[in-house]
Amino acid sequence: MSPHSEENNHEEHHHHKETFITKYIFSQDHKMISKQYLITGLFMGIIGIGMSLLFRLQLAWPEKPFWIFKVMLGKWAEDGVMDPNAYLSLITIHGTIMVFFVLTAGLSGTFSNLLIPLQIGARDMASGFLNMLSYWLFFISSVIMVASLFVEAGPASAGWTIYPPLSALPQSIPGSGMGMTLWLLSMAVFIASSLLAALNYVVTIINLRTKGMSMSRLPLTIWAFLVTAIIGIVSFPVLLSAALLLLMDRSFGTSFFLSDIFIQGEVLHYQGGSPVLYEHLFWFLGHPEVYIVILPALGITSEIIATNSRKPIFGYRAMIASLLAIAFLSTIVWGHHMFISGMNPFLGSVFTFTTLLIAIPSAVKAFNYISTLWKGNLQFNPAMLFSIGLVSTFISGGLTGIILGDSTLDINVHDTYFVVAHFHLVMGISALYGLFAGVYHWFPKMFGRMMNKTLGYVHFWITVVSAYLIFYPMHFVGMAGLPRRYYTNTAFPYFDDLADINVFISVAAIIGGLAQLIFLYNFIHSMFYGKKTVQNPWRSNTLEWTAPIKHYHGNWLGKIPHVHRWAYDYSNPQHQEDFVPQNVPLKKEEKVLHH
Amino acid sequence: MSVLLILIALILLSIAVWQVTKIFELSQKKPVNTQIATPRDNDIQGKLLVAFLVFLYLLTIYSFWAYNDVLLPQSASEHGVEYDRLMWLTYVIIFIVQIITQALLHYFSYRFRGKDPNRKASYLAENDRLEFWWTVIPVIVLAGIILYGLYTWTEIMTVEENEDALIVELYAQQFNWKARYAGKDGQLGDANVRFLQDFGGLNLVGIDATDPNGMDDVVVTELHLPVNREVIFKMRSQDVLHSAYMPHFRAQMNTVPGMITEFAYTPTITTVEMRQDPVIVDKVEKINQLREAKSQELMAQGEFPLDPYEFDYLLLCNKICGASHYNMQMKIIVETEEEFQNWLDQQPTFAQTIQ
Repeated sequence: MSPHSEENNHEEHHHHKETFITKYIFSQDHKMISKQYLITGLFMGIIGIGMSLLFRLQLAWPEKPFWIFKVMLGKWAEDGVMDPNAYLSLITIHGTIMVFFVLTAGLSGTFSNLLIPLQIGARDMASGFLNMLSYWLFFISSVIMVASLFVEAGPASAGWTIYPPLSALPQSIPGSGMGMTLWLLSMAVFIASSLLAALNYVVTIINLRTKGMSMSRLPLTIWAFLVTAIIGIVSFPVLLSAALLLLMDRSFGTSFFLSDIFIQGEVLHYQGGSPVLYEHLFWFLGHPEVYIVILPALGITSEIIATNSRKPIFGYRAMIASLLAIAFLSTIVWGHHMFISGMNPFLGSVFTFTTLLIAIPSAVKAFNYISTLWKGNLQFNPAMLFSIGLVSTFISGGLTGIILGDSTLDINVHDTYFVVAHFHLVMGISALYGLFAGVYHWFPKMFGRMMNKTLGYVHFWITVVSAYLIFYPMHFVGMAGLPRRYYTNTAFPYFDDLADINVFISVAAIIGGLAQLIFLYNFIHSMFYGKKTVQNPWRSNTLEWTAPIKHYHGNWLGKIPHVHRWAYDYSNPQHQEDFVPQNVPLKKEEKVLHH
Repeated sequence: MSVLLILIALILLSIAVWQVTKIFELSQKKPVNTQIATPRDNDIQGKLLVAFLVFLYLLTIYSFWAYNDVLLPQSASEHGVEYDRLMWLTYVIIFIVQIITQALLHYFSYRFRGKDPNRKASYLAENDRLEFWWTVIPVIVLAGIILYGLYTWTEIMTVEENEDALIVELYAQQFNWKARYAGKDGQLGDANVRFLQDFGGLNLVGIDATDPNGMDDVVVTELHLPVNREVIFKMRSQDVLHSAYMPHFRAQMNTVPGMITEFAYTPTITTVEMRQDPVIVDKVEKINQLREAKSQELMAQGEFPLDPYEFDYLLLCNKICGASHYNMQMKIIVETEEEFQNWLDQQPTFAQTIQ
């Protein structure tokens, strides 16, 4: 298929009959699938964030009874006191849900689906059927993950990284029984879903661009989704293999990851395997996964900052180059999670080197965002605020990465709260801001209505302030030497003086968590009662705003618009308006100032 | 309860903010609300962003001021001094970058807020010279950090067996630590989990009874180390991954079933000396005040009061290992060579244990 073949004559697309089921459930329309991803992702997000509030209660007021524990945890909180195994389950499922279900599927799934066809000028994804299949696999994996919360011995509780032998032996922790089997099953289905989705994204972007949409005119959102999809295709299969090997060790007596184990008064038969091998396989996905989470958020931010600055994104080519550099480096840095795993220290040196290199393209990105603001005419819509918030947390969190990426410095802060603070800021909060920014910005495109901006402002300010109040002090807890994944620190009188900080962090977390209800209310309310949107509310250049507000399967009623310029012709001095959509032909004598 | 009140207050506050803005909007003459930022919104939000910058700086200063006393005291190991130096150097660099970039981000947001709808932004799209410099400067700074870091890393991680060094095995299991000393012959006997059930469970770390080197080995549950002598740790685990974390010595290494991992350091400050360190004295005093208050509370409920706290070095488990992961610890005592030898001589050897 040549790049520009999907040009016109696709009228039949919006004439075929749509029933309720084909339109809302088994839809093959990327716009509907995108909404399905978003709503499923938000639902999982409520569970994930809710869990974090539960364990923050336990951390601030250790072993205190709370009625909410009784209600939510049932037999895991007899008398209202949280059981240590329940605590470990909560952090495990919180991590899994937030990383994979919210920030991978919920973020990338939603916006890749919505924006790829609309911004490149395509009628739909290359394969609508695969796209539908990928959503439904994601849905099934979500159902399995949620179902695992209700099994007899509890859900997986070996941490979201599920290192064996802990994850392999039910004798070592109750969560490694049925709960872990379901976890692995759910992830296997999830990986299948992401791979189908990613292949579809890559094929669509390469093949279905409209006439004039050369790679050097692609919006940075699409570049980010493309690179993300490629990273996913390269790394997700490795996690699948790790999960399958683990499943073999668990169920069929193989010894890939296990050796010389004595547990519960019994010597097990495993010989010759190594848990370090699992760590390598896991982090070969696990680290790129961080970029799978953050790159779409950065792509979204690029688009929103340029639009709301009324200025071209600064350093378009440098932005693409840094995306590619990050993608390449992301696949050769995984060992920085394993400096003290027992792997050869020489490898530690190599991974330190490659890891710190990643700071360079990341710094370039941050500087480009900041320069885009310079001499702009900034429009502080909620999406813009969240984008600026993203740049802020990306810098704050990224900088401490220089400490953790340095094998020497990692020795004493590895697996402490310093790490927790670092990655929550740099990928958790940043990517979450990317998600919020995207929702506020493209809500009119998705639902034909506007979200309430005042609620957006309130949501933004409570969220950003509480996010820093949570994670800033948390660095100090880590620097004090407190390990993560501790049910309580009361077993060590040495850490007694951390009680105040823990309470402080938890209160901030509860405030920040509850502030998300404002967003939820705004989202649901605006879906039905929001102000009707105009065609191009943010006066943006990209093609999605040329498509009709009402959704048609096929996106444009007539011909697909052709592209005549890059996506960032904001405030072009040769034009009266401060934006020139990509489908506007060059005027006579207009010079191409960029691209 | 106080938290619930805070929460209710905050919810009410947000509702109030919302209501006030709503009233304000309604009181405007033209109730046109397209939900798109107006010049007035831009003005307010721009100012708030610069206020946020101030908040961020204040939070930084406050955190260092308020939480300074929870940080780890001076390093009690030789390499730890070097570690701390590298850490502080990195902090300085990070803080400079953080202060400058956050300032630019928030100040530009404020400075170029869209107050005037008729103003047009600059069509500035790239500047190769700027791109060059902000690529090259991080490269140079990072190269420095990388080189310094790798030099220190190699120093720390190069474990060379030598005559003077004390060899100690750290043995991890759910949920406790044991240590094994080599005894007079200076050699640890072979060991494997297969031997754990020998001698009716008295073979605590699975020493191979056929290996003569193992007979004088000493297995203990409290780690004693002589000051100013290199200690080479050989680490084993019998069940799942654990991590031997000794924060005061800037030392950590995972223990992995099926393999022996290593870490070495030289303790430089005895436990007795560390207890007199002003930082530790203050910390212990503060902790004891907190414990005293807690004890009052407990006694009021008819329970036993808490013991007063005295500083000791710690070995913690720092790799999630099961339900009691949070309480898998061992006391470390650093003492003079003489005290150490006296203590070691009093411990039963493996041969004595299994008799």
